Amino acid sequence: MRRELHAEWTKLRTLRGTGPLLLALVTLTVAVSALAAGAVSCPPTGCDHDPVRLSLFGVQVGQAIVAVLAVPTISGEYGTGMIRTTLAAMPRRTTVLAAKAAILAGLTLVAGTIAVLASVLAGRLVLPGNGFTPAHGHLLPSLADGPTLRAAAGSVLYLALIALLSLGIATAVRDSAAAIGVVLGLLYLLPLMGLVVSDPDWQRLLWRISPMSAGLAIQATKNLATLPLTPWAGLGVLAAWAAAALLGGGLSLRLRDA
Amino acid sequence: MTTATGTPYRSALPPGRDRFAHLLRSEWTKFRTVRGWVITTTIAALVVALLGLLFASGSRSTCGIGPIEVACPTPPVGPDGEAVDDTFYFVHRSLTGDGDITVRLTSMTGIITYPPPDHDEIVPGLVPWAKAGVIVKDGTREGSAYAALMATARHGVRMQHNFTHDTAGRPGVVSPASPRWLRLTRSGDTLTGYESADGTRWTKVGTARLAGLPATVQVGLFVASPGDLTVKQGSLGGSIEQVRFTQATAVFDHLSLRGATSPGEWSRQGVGRTGDTDWERYHRPAGLEESGGTFTVTGSGDMAPSVDGHQIERLLTGALAGLIVVIVVAVMFVTAEYRRGLIRTTLLAGPRRGRMPVAKAVVIAAVVFVAGLAAATVTVVFGRRILVANGNHVLPMSWLTEVRVIAGTAALFAFTAVFALALGALFRRGVAAVITAMVTIVVPFILATASVLPDGAAQWLLRLTPAAGFAIQQTMPQYAHVLRHYVPAAGYYPLAPWAGLAVLGGYAALALGLAVFRVRRRDA
Repeated sequence: MRRELHAEWTKLRTLRGTGPLLLALVTLTVAVSALAAGAVSCPPTGCDHDPVRLSLFGVQVGQAIVAVLAVPTISGEYGTGMIRTTLAAMPRRTTVLAAKAAILAGLTLVAGTIAVLASVLAGRLVLPGNGFTPAHGHLLPSLADGPTLRAAAGSVLYLALIALLSLGIATAVRDSAAAIGVVLGLLYLLPLMGLVVSDPDWQRLLWRISPMSAGLAIQATKNLATLPLTPWAGLGVLAAWAAAALLGGGLSLRLRDA
Repeated sequence: MTTATGTPYRSALPPGRDRFAHLLRSEWTKFRTVRGWVITTTIAALVVALLGLLFASGSRSTCGIGPIEVACPTPPVGPDGEAVDDTFYFVHRSLTGDGDITVRLTSMTGIITYPPPDHDEIVPGLVPWAKAGVIVKDGTREGSAYAALMATARHGVRMQHNFTHDTAGRPGVVSPASPRWLRLTRSGDTLTGYESADGTRWTKVGTARLAGLPATVQVGLFVASPGDLTVKQGSLGGSIEQVRFTQATAVFDHLSLRGATSPGEWSRQGVGRTGDTDWERYHRPAGLEESGGTFTVTGSGDMAPSVDGHQIERLLTGALAGLIVVIVVAVMFVTAEYRRGLIRTTLLAGPRRGRMPVAKAVVIAAVVFVAGLAAATVTVVFGRRILVANGNHVLPMSWLTEVRVIAGTAALFAFTAVFALALGALFRRGVAAVITAMVTIVVPFILATASVLPDGAAQWLLRLTPAAGFAIQQTMPQYAHVLRHYVPAAGYYPLAPWAGLAVLGGYAALALGLAVFRVRRRDA
């Protein structure tokens, strides 16, 4: 496994896009979080907004960058034919995929932690100006607070799971454009379908099985009782999606000709 | 002495014709012969149709009187063919031929039931568009033509006619200290409204022409009070709108009529309402109290276009899913050539490089336009039938609007495909192109319609990004004189339909221009 890890790390490290993408992940997440926090204001009479969720809003856009980082690590190899060299040098295919997954998850965890911490900090700075003050019953996002810590740590895990989900799908689909289409369609479309159907039971079902809606439940710190799933169960749904995608990708990598 | 001069070799074959049509044909052949692309484009169309029909068959409405299920009543339709809400309290008598009605309005009061923040009490107050005044109407049927001159709670004096038209008069609030004199004059099918502060100096507010107004009409006093609207954040994203019952009471005096009016008592009628709220039953029913020339009229409701029913563009929500597939196909149509090296053959065969992206754009635009047109037509035609069969009311609209929505959805597909293809030619990398197209078209639309973004930010997203193109699907116009939650999530876009599509078209043209420039400059 060490050999594989080293090889995959070298590949990812030396790709031109990796550095800028990680930078984009951090800046975009923080920028969108700060914009969302700046755009929403809470009147003194109160509001239903969840300040922690608002401070972490950028994760919803940052996940797209994570998908862009993850998909080419395998589909790029199919595109250039590098995959045949990779598999010739390291014939244990499952280990190759595991190494890719480990490297990707590690990188995303590091960049995601920076992005999430900076987002929370931005929220702390921006939100009080918009009426989210302790005087009005809003606690500022603080990592000393249990639910906020869970939301922040969960968001980092969320990003890492999105990376694994993308890797799994890309391994199964192989073509980069198609893979990124499938990943983003899965992430962004399912929640939208939930708003289209009028039946509340269907709405809740779609919400439960949608990786983005359910996964982002980890960010909720208010009105938890109204959510169809608890935060950790929601993140579990995303983990199940990621596991299923990696399993499908791994099987296709083992069974199909490269 | 002779000099031998060599003649350079020239081929006897006629020079190949450098025609754009050939390029188009070759690009069409490429598209047609890659099975995956044809299948994927078909999938894009199928996704749109299936999601639309699924949505239609999942929507069901039933109405009942007690336990008995009955057919839902069809909402009334206004003179211009749109669905309308026509409910108010009407004190009237008939007028034949020309004439006028003059009255002084001295006060407007009312109640609002269970407003925020606590929703626990009935408070005195008026909603901004509570209205009272004089009206001339073609009978008492809901949806019939009318012109009315009125004072409103917050928007001053207004002249309104036929539900969709509104002219502003003098602003200000009616009170016993500052009453309003209102006069409505009928002359043929022209109605003119005048207002005055003292009953002697009159100013004209506006005129309305009601084509085909019969000789005998109903003339009189009216009071209406639209529901109180509040919007709450939904726990699963989106927002929840609540409309609560309100009631307004207006006091009129100095009522005078001119013209051939019917003699006797005033007729009184709650148009379009049964008055069955607890407030009306136990506290104050809608109606008229008359004493010594003072008329106190109480009523609820509104005379306005209605959105109570299904908008056909909701059937086309699956277009977003279709667009994702279209983006992927359009990007692959160009990046696959770079990946396989076919691009070098393509450019060798057609050396005027700038034409390559244009020819590809024309082909992909035509293909997805046809696919989108077929999908949207099937979805709208059959989806509407399913909706109606399930007892739903589909909001009526002109065939022109319907054609615009269907063809506009196809154009949305075509422009998106051109945009995505141009990005593919610019970046040469599938992932970068797909993600850029998605982040600029799909993601802004989702953030604007299905997230916690405040309405202002959502509207800016749909003005500035290529996602503005979705405006072409809007069927219900936004009316300044009707208070509603006009947000993208409810199907109201910040730009006019064609303006929105033009924004997307502009982005597509810009991207294509950049792609041409780049393909000409850069080595393949």
